[in-house]
Amino acid sequence: MNKVVARRDFGELSSAIKWATWPSICLAAAVVLIVYRDMFPDWFVVPPNLWTEQLPLPYVAFENRMPVAMDWSGTNLADWFNAIIHFLRKHEFFDLFTFRDITRALTQLVVWPLDFAEDLLVSGFRDLGIPGIPWIISVGLAAVLGWYLKGWRLSLLSGACIAYFAVFGLWQLAMTTLSLILVTAPMAIAIGIGLGILASKWRWFERVLWPVLNLMQSLPHFGYLIPIVVFVGLGHKAGAVATILFAIPPMAKLTIVGLRGVSSEVLDAGVMAGCTPRQMLWRVRIPAAQKTLMVGVNQVIMQCLAMVVIASFVGARGLGIDLLFRLQTLQLGRALESGIAIVLMAVTLDRLSQALTEKEPEHKTAGSLWNAHPFLFVAATIIIVGTAIALLVPEAIVLPRDFTITLAPIWDTIIKSVVFGLYDPLSFIREYAPPYLLIPIREFFKELPWIVFLGVFMFTGWRLGGWRMAILVGVFIGFVVLSSWWTEFMVTTYLVFVAVVVCVLWAFPVGIWAAAKDGRTRVVAFLCDTFQTFPSFIYLIPVIMLFQVGTISQILAIVIYAGIPMVRYTYLGLRSVPNEIVEAAITSGCTPRQVLWKVRLPLAFPNIMLGLNQTIMFSLFMVMIAGFIGGNYDLAREIFKAKANNDAGLGILLALCVAFLGLSTDLLIQTWANRRKARLGLATDN
Amino acid sequence: MTTEAKLSCEQLWKLYGADPEKFFASHGDRPTQADIASGGYICAVRDVSFDVYPGEIVVVMGLSGSGKSTLVRCLSRLIEPTGGEISFEGQNLLEASRKEMIDIRRHKMGMVFQHFALLPHRTVIDNVAFPLEVQGINRAKRHERAREIIELVGLSGRERYYPRELSGGQQQRVGIARSLAVEPDIWFLDEPFSALDPLIRREMQDEFLRLQSLLKKTIVFITHDFDEAIRLADRIAIMYEGAIVQFGPVEELVLNPATDYVRDFTKEIPKEKFLTVGRVMGPVVADCGTLSIGESDLIGDVAAKVIDYEGVACVRDEHGQAVGSLTRGHVAKILFPEES
Ligand SMILES: Nc1ncnc2c1ncn2[C@@H]1O[C@H](COP(=O)(O)OP(=O)(O)O)[C@@H](O)[C@H]1O
Ligand SMILES: [Mg+2]
Repeated sequence: MNKVVARRDFGELSSAIKWATWPSICLAAAVVLIVYRDMFPDWFVVPPNLWTEQLPLPYVAFENRMPVAMDWSGTNLADWFNAIIHFLRKHEFFDLFTFRDITRALTQLVVWPLDFAEDLLVSGFRDLGIPGIPWIISVGLAAVLGWYLKGWRLSLLSGACIAYFAVFGLWQLAMTTLSLILVTAPMAIAIGIGLGILASKWRWFERVLWPVLNLMQSLPHFGYLIPIVVFVGLGHKAGAVATILFAIPPMAKLTIVGLRGVSSEVLDAGVMAGCTPRQMLWRVRIPAAQKTLMVGVNQVIMQCLAMVVIASFVGARGLGIDLLFRLQTLQLGRALESGIAIVLMAVTLDRLSQALTEKEPEHKTAGSLWNAHPFLFVAATIIIVGTAIALLVPEAIVLPRDFTITLAPIWDTIIKSVVFGLYDPLSFIREYAPPYLLIPIREFFKELPWIVFLGVFMFTGWRLGGWRMAILVGVFIGFVVLSSWWTEFMVTTYLVFVAVVVCVLWAFPVGIWAAAKDGRTRVVAFLCDTFQTFPSFIYLIPVIMLFQVGTISQILAIVIYAGIPMVRYTYLGLRSVPNEIVEAAITSGCTPRQVLWKVRLPLAFPNIMLGLNQTIMFSLFMVMIAGFIGGNYDLAREIFKAKANNDAGLGILLALCVAFLGLSTDLLIQTWANRRKARLGLATDN
Repeated sequence: MTTEAKLSCEQLWKLYGADPEKFFASHGDRPTQADIASGGYICAVRDVSFDVYPGEIVVVMGLSGSGKSTLVRCLSRLIEPTGGEISFEGQNLLEASRKEMIDIRRHKMGMVFQHFALLPHRTVIDNVAFPLEVQGINRAKRHERAREIIELVGLSGRERYYPRELSGGQQQRVGIARSLAVEPDIWFLDEPFSALDPLIRREMQDEFLRLQSLLKKTIVFITHDFDEAIRLADRIAIMYEGAIVQFGPVEELVLNPATDYVRDFTKEIPKEKFLTVGRVMGPVVADCGTLSIGESDLIGDVAAKVIDYEGVACVRDEHGQAVGSLTRGHVAKILFPEES
């Protein structure tokens, strides 16, 4: 018996040594390459553009309806994309229409409901002489909806939210934004569910769709905008299309997951009841997947709101453009007021859709009409009484300017005093962080040989998932190497790296702290829920106040925004450790500290790594958005430039660089975490 | 037996793996265990043949993973068997087209599931009426029928509840009601009571027997609980690693176990619960006492009387004819088998 144990121990030891050998060899090689990089040629550090210049373009133009070879001297990968876009713009299929004609025609499908919703909510039907829904009715109906879905608290929140828009003179803007969301969200939901259904029908379609959805989810928001300008144009409708495209992936994914997750017994029951395939889908699978689908609905709404500000870059009207304008002109008080409006809308819609998700069907006691449908009754009453009031008092339709209030001056004074108070204490960060911390790290990243960067990713991929994963990751990073934007890419990587480190430094301890007591968990969970619904742009307001524009602001915005998932996964991971194991540790005589370090943290570690993964993904989003204020020579700046120049090909190329970095880290960390979870015997995702 | 079997299967196989059909054919439709293991396949059902006669309860019994669910799903063609034949009411079930299958399921088959498999978004009555709804029967009619069955299973008054508002036992009553809504000719139950607490389980078994005494369905009942099998079965099929190792009435399994596996299983069974006096009695003796007992009584029911009685009890058949004798010794041997 002893012998066997001893041999096994030895086996583990030797395999541990073997495991450690390769990393140490590679590490040594990397260190040598980094330290002696000056001795190697330049192409060793920064991949030269020469490699991709003058690449033959696989592009044929169609002029006068005859194919002719195109005289297009490409200089880099961006031109390839431009060539494709050019083709889609100019080539007439069947001599009739171009791809762009199709996209523009499809856009019309969005325009009609969009106009209708906006007319209904705010501008009114001018031809008919009917005004939009009076604000008092909107407030009342929102309150009834909240009451119906959850209870009086939600009723209060949603009523107050709508009232805020009216009272603070943001009615027009807010209702435009709301109408945008009310139209785009259902469309994204419908398309997403449609794609999900097709994917669950044909396995090959799912195999194609899933990676595409992954890619879409890791493209920076701005990546969507530039092609949309080309194929849709500028304006409100372009913003709507961008919003829809952006919100489709989570719905499609959750539809696939939901339909797949229906228990096989329920499916069997459906078949045994004699359902035809169509009945199986509509009467069994979709209703049984309802819970997951509703989670998708919530996510779609949140994604739509996340696009509110970003879509205004291509001309979407509403609160977003207002916030953007106030930020750019540094009217911080006003910006804050618009920001609060967006946040209120986000929080309210989030809570409403969550309540919808959680609402369980309950049997009704039969009775009078009032008993059966009290909410319809109240809603009808509100509409009737509201209309009557609106006919008598025009102020009840849209609150005139004189009646609205603004707290902007007060906000401005508060901001001023806070900034005055904090400006000096924070000055040491502004003064010392760049020269002693940020710039050295940046220079390290800029001079890090690309071979080392690529090698680290491929090696990790190989260790975790064999050569297939190594090649996949290699292709992703290799694409960036050939993109001729390597230095800018590394600056972005540096920003993300610093931000993620700081995120871990603040969010991990907060997560541990929050997991220790029920009360704390509740509070932190509430804060996380709330902050996570804030559209990313909102985070720029406070950092600009305190640090003006610049690298520190850019990093800080990321740090606040991207730390939240880390907090959440940390406390969730710690709390999800099975109680029995914790009790076993306590009865074995562990001190609370030992329980934390020897039991809870090791078991929660895979989840915490998934949190880190989310933090990296969020950082990649935010680094692009906050590039707006950063002023670094990074990919964000290039993407803004590309947008200004309407260079769609370049925009796509840069967006793909960011997406591929995200996809690589996502792939590696998820694989690791799932393997680790499986080894610990915990439930894995997917 | 003279009557026609309601359902019968011949040499039924179900293999899981890369390409089971090809593998199966290439081994002459009879792969050995070694073939299957070396081919990397899993054999969930192995060469199963048996008949189910009208009105009888066949219980398929085996440990988890022995292939019971796969077998019953092959019989209802929720899973396509790899090889073999199934005939249902004389019709070759495996040759039925997809449309015919839908039709058979809509009118002739019912199935109850281990975890109830209720549709969570439907009320009790809509769950029960579901099989009628998919046939296109109008609402009034199907609700009327559903209400009848709900009453039959004792859930009247809860028609408007949602599954989540019911206890496990009640949920399974809904599952049973749903499977009976179409008045099936054959009724499959896959471990219907395994997810319930022991007390509720007994209650549901009684309920099941009550229903069966009213409905007289032909039943294939799956369980891993031998006590349950004894209580309910007319005949029991014991499954082991996909094959049926023995099929017959309870006492046959206990008294003549075909393999050690069956012996291990049946060893613990209190024999007085299924053995009749006729099976253990001695020959007719002259000094037969005043105590007379029936030939078909269970030992468990007469044990107390026989032990209290001083002499030899007289065993009589239903006509009062003396056919044998029973002593304390006989009874003791059954009650305390390990001491003898
Ligand atoms: N879809 C499947 N793929 C591979 N193996 C399966 C599949 N379904 C069942 N099995 C295997 O077939 C065997 C029998 O399973 P099952 O019929 O569910 O057993 P039981 O119902 O008796 O618990 C098990 O070993 C199981 O692992
Ligand atoms: Mg089973």
